[in-house]
Amino acid sequence: MLVVKHTLVALVEDKPGVLNRISSLFRRRNFNIDSIAVGSSEQPGFSRMTVVVRGDSAEVEQVRKQLDKLVNVVRVSDITYVAIVTRELALIKVKATAATRSEIAQIIDIFRANIIDVAANSLTIEVTGDEEKVDSLIKLLRGFGIREVVRTGRVALTRGNV
Amino acid sequence: MKKTGAQILCESLIKEGVEVIFGILGGSVLPIYDTLPQYPQLRHILVRHEQAAAHAADGYARITHRAGVCLATSGPGATNLVTGIANAYMDSVPLVAITGQVASPFIGKDAFQEIDITGITLPVVKHSYLVTDPADLAGVVKEAFFIAQTGRPGPVLIDIPRDVQVNEAEFVYPDKVNLPGYKLKPRVNAAQITKAAELINAAERPVVIGGRGIIISQAYQEFREFVEKSQIPVVTTLLGIGSFPENHVLSFGMLGMHGMAYANMAVQNADLIIAIGMRFDDRATGDTSTFAPQARILHIDIDPAEIGKNLRVDIPIVGDIKNVLTTLNKRIDIKEHVAWISQINQWKHEYPLVDDREDAGLLPQYVISRIYELTEGKAIMVTGVGQNQMWAAQYFQYVKPNSFISSGGLGTMGFELPAAMGVKVAAPDSVVWSIAGDGGFQMTIQELATISQENIAIKIAIINNSALGMVRQWQELFYSRRYVDTLLWNPDFVKVSEAYGIPALKVTRKAEVVPAIHSALDHSGPFLIDFNVEREENVYPMIVPGAGLSSILTLPKVSQDSSF
Repeated sequence: MLVVKHTLVALVEDKPGVLNRISSLFRRRNFNIDSIAVGSSEQPGFSRMTVVVRGDSAEVEQVRKQLDKLVNVVRVSDITYVAIVTRELALIKVKATAATRSEIAQIIDIFRANIIDVAANSLTIEVTGDEEKVDSLIKLLRGFGIREVVRTGRVALTRGNV
Repeated sequence: MKKTGAQILCESLIKEGVEVIFGILGGSVLPIYDTLPQYPQLRHILVRHEQAAAHAADGYARITHRAGVCLATSGPGATNLVTGIANAYMDSVPLVAITGQVASPFIGKDAFQEIDITGITLPVVKHSYLVTDPADLAGVVKEAFFIAQTGRPGPVLIDIPRDVQVNEAEFVYPDKVNLPGYKLKPRVNAAQITKAAELINAAERPVVIGGRGIIISQAYQEFREFVEKSQIPVVTTLLGIGSFPENHVLSFGMLGMHGMAYANMAVQNADLIIAIGMRFDDRATGDTSTFAPQARILHIDIDPAEIGKNLRVDIPIVGDIKNVLTTLNKRIDIKEHVAWISQINQWKHEYPLVDDREDAGLLPQYVISRIYELTEGKAIMVTGVGQNQMWAAQYFQYVKPNSFISSGGLGTMGFELPAAMGVKVAAPDSVVWSIAGDGGFQMTIQELATISQENIAIKIAIINNSALGMVRQWQELFYSRRYVDTLLWNPDFVKVSEAYGIPALKVTRKAEVVPAIHSALDHSGPFLIDFNVEREENVYPMIVPGAGLSSILTLPKVSQDSSF
């Protein structure tokens, strides 16, 4: 049994209870969801969902088939082993004094992140990228004192032509 | 024309061809019940507990192949349905469960008899709805029946707040459903059919395992044609009983934990398993790592999620059994497997099922055999769960399609009595026997009142060993005979039955069995027989739990020697 992070992408009907139906299937098989991101898709009335779970491929495939059976799920694919682009957005509120502000700004620059709010003793930073990039920025900023972090979780699309 | 939600519901049910509703009223469904008399084509059968409404609708659906309908009020009415809904889910039975809900403004406020029933039932329904607008109701009913009855059937719940039942909307019954996420009957993959036909034509020791999918698809003819053309021996799962006539020369009974020894031996020695409309339940396969060790596995099922779920499959074919077999039958060769079949017959000769022993008192197996003989095998047998179920599966020869109705997946004790009501309502001209254990019987015993009130002419056999017999058997075999809380004090079932207005007989000796069954069959209405059988009789053969199908326990040698 080889446990890896799987990325599942689902096109679902935008109806009450859909998220519950989906998450309940993962719960039933004792999967811990690493992240789940939901939002409108290109089609009105339909949402696209990106779910990241750790599991053995056969187990994940079993859940994928069960998800596909849900009446509100139009399509669901495991895109772990195909070429994809993935992004995550994080907002990080970090402690900042007059002495540290410019050092933080330099780091932010290197990461092509943005400062979106400045207060007397803190900065709020917006960063977009894959999880590794977000992770490493957080790691670097930890030394300054991180107050709060919020992450969207992975969103993903397959590369290239449809 | 504007109609109330309750009227829209009733009219939609009529559009779906519903004739019978099983239910109990309560505060949150009063508007629906108040409307029912306007629609005399809808027969309502008032049960005594909501679980029975779901089981009765389940039994009704298994016979008619259309969704059974049950109706309950909010809160406890709805939660009482849950076991019945779960039972239908596990056995792929089409069911539409309708619950009342507190009025919309009260939802989420812990109002009197409010419960989140769509939430509670989420893992045991095929789909569910909370209706918030009477204008949606007709569309929801249409979708609910469509989803329940198509593909792999299952239960659908419709939760209707009280105000939605009372408020008015324009009634237009849609002629189509719009379900973009609902995938139906995939086209049968031609390449898979070719591969399957090659395997079948090349196999030397093939075995077919027939499951309930054949019955659901009503593919009896196609299945029989498949088997006869290829001359492949057939074993069935518990719920596959009734998919193939058991008096056929190619029929070798049921496999699994209490399957016939020869059926399990056939599977274990096969070089090809053709599994049709079954899902490799653990009670059928035993330890999957030693299941059919020499065999390639061909799995035909309508549900893609069943493929590879419990064990490796060499060739999967996803599709409706009837379509798949129709296609496959054209591709398979006319074959003979004389040596293989005579080998299985040899095992059958070595490990026969025996329904009586000279040294024994009244045996349950003897009772089931006599019911079989005196009904000429034409009865529909509706069983409980446990020993009574296994004996009913083993000692009645099922020749009539779909004549064995049982709770297979969930294993719901007490299923038999309410389910038999539904079966009898669906098939009023059939002789319907409810085979109960004394334990399970007391779990839905209150339905004797429904049976009396509606004069539902079922015949009830209690296989009474004053024990929770199957659990007692496990305690005997695997817990050194420590009978913790499995021996029962029971009421006088004859008096109980008579108090409910149902004539009854107690049988304690072999000689009384046949006359008692005659009395039951000769009586025009419902009739109960309390068969007081040997307390410590066990169900054999038995596969040790967790072991493979080759680890067969049979009747201990000692008593075998003394009786034969």
